[in-house]
Amino acid sequence: MRSKRKHLGDHASWRLKAGAIFALLFLHVPIIVIILYAFTTDERTFRFPPPGLTTKWFETVITSRPDFWTALVLSLQVAAIATGAALILGTLISAAMYRAKFFGRDAISLIVVLPLALPGIVTGIALRSAIGFAGIPFSFWTIVIGHATFCIVVVYNNVIARLRRTARSQTEASMDLGATSFQTFRHIMLPTIATAMLAGALLAFALSFDEIIVTTFTAGQQQTLPIWIFSQLARSRQRPVTNVVAVFVILLTSIPIMVAARLTREASSEQ
Amino acid sequence: MAATTAYVPSPAPSFWRRASTYFYRHPRLSLLMTLALPMFWLVVIYLGSLLALVAQSFYGVDSFTGQVTNQLTLDNYRLLLQPANIDIIVRTVTMAALVTVSAVPLAYPLAYYMARYASPRMKMILYVLILLPLWSSYLVRVYAWKLILAQEGIVSWFAAQTGTSGLLDAFLQIPGVGGTSLALSNFGIFIAFVYVWLPYMIIAIEAALERVPKSLLEASGDLGAKPRTTFRQVIWPLAFPGVVAGSIFTFALTLGDFVVPTVLGNSQYFIGQAVLTLQSTSGNMPLAAALTVVPMLIMGVYLWFAKRLGAFDAL
Repeated sequence: MRSKRKHLGDHASWRLKAGAIFALLFLHVPIIVIILYAFTTDERTFRFPPPGLTTKWFETVITSRPDFWTALVLSLQVAAIATGAALILGTLISAAMYRAKFFGRDAISLIVVLPLALPGIVTGIALRSAIGFAGIPFSFWTIVIGHATFCIVVVYNNVIARLRRTARSQTEASMDLGATSFQTFRHIMLPTIATAMLAGALLAFALSFDEIIVTTFTAGQQQTLPIWIFSQLARSRQRPVTNVVAVFVILLTSIPIMVAARLTREASSEQ
Repeated sequence: MAATTAYVPSPAPSFWRRASTYFYRHPRLSLLMTLALPMFWLVVIYLGSLLALVAQSFYGVDSFTGQVTNQLTLDNYRLLLQPANIDIIVRTVTMAALVTVSAVPLAYPLAYYMARYASPRMKMILYVLILLPLWSSYLVRVYAWKLILAQEGIVSWFAAQTGTSGLLDAFLQIPGVGGTSLALSNFGIFIAFVYVWLPYMIIAIEAALERVPKSLLEASGDLGAKPRTTFRQVIWPLAFPGVVAGSIFTFALTLGDFVVPTVLGNSQYFIGQAVLTLQSTSGNMPLAAALTVVPMLIMGVYLWFAKRLGAFDAL
């Protein structure tokens, strides 16, 4: 028994804990640095420690940077519509994949993941080629098409995971009791997958809101928020403005992620 | 229950019931209708685009006007074989490989801790802590390393405080690794890539480790294996599909990125940057397309191997 304790005790060894804590710090310290630099008085360099602290950059962003607000609104619109499209498409695919075994099923599961598994430039430049061949002008809608394409998989993953955990007997019982398949969908399936759809939608929203690689290729003159931030990185004045925006973005994306995590956890603890 | 109940013909079934019955009797048709819209999107729009990309790469470019011509040619692929382009490809693939290999030991302890020791509540907290950085703006996280690695930034300050500035300068002198400052070096690019993709690796390894039954480890211990042997003979082989699954993300995402090398790099191009420049500044779509086919092929081979190693079951 003694020898087992070494690796099978209920407590992790200090080396394992140290490694785990190191990874967590590695993941989070840079984000703290971002927040710190939003308050620095030094607008031209990244001097550490900051020579002074100020909140004036928050005022600057709110009152005198309309370019930021335009980009933010565009990003929110794109994310909302792309998420809506991905929600419908992703849910339909998971419903089909869950219900039936059919020829080409494996191929579909591969195509769904492909937009996310292939390098971003591939999806980006592929869509640009196609849009160019089709003679469609680059616009708001070409951005949405690109985003919806790689958001489908997020919705699909969430919904199919929920469906797999749902007992088939429920839908069978509903049909046996005389419900039509539409009623069964409305009253049995939809309530079961609703939170998974919501979680998928929230993640898709965050993914779209943050995307830059594909967007660079599918956008015309429009600047989504990531493209705006990217253009700011090259500027040498008002550098803390980028950090203030970064803090906004971090807050704005954390909320949907936390809600999504909570939704999936509640569902799995019910089981 | 008197016998007064007269026979009442049941009302004609409603439209919805008839439709429901019809679809129930024709499962193929209902499947087709469910999949029609998503398949249109994924097959026509997405796969169609990939085909358009490949087609694009065979178009010629007039050497005088720079206009794309309708003549099909292999010139773009011949241009890829020029030393400068080979350099770009080799540099990018090497970086992707290094990033992937380095992410594993960094991710493993946390993944193992989550899978083996963390209470359900703790596990949930750790999940959120790992996913938060992943989903909170990618650009912002790359930018963070510019702040940390800048010449006047935290790392230099720390080096000055600990009297290791000389060491830092010596490190920057190493060709191929260093540069004028850490924020403009291949090392900076490397760190930022490891940083932004690490969560994928942690989650993938954790998912694989979670499926290793505790009894296997106990059996190994009971049979006299030392922890090291148990790790090598039992845990690692079972965790490996997860490592491969995670590596798909770290590798593919590094191959196709232009943000990190633009923010933290020097003038040496990576595939993503070269593609972007060719497409936007030079307006040479065919060559940009041909260069994009390279990571596509690499990932095709990679995914094929990953499938054979069981990585898709671990996803």
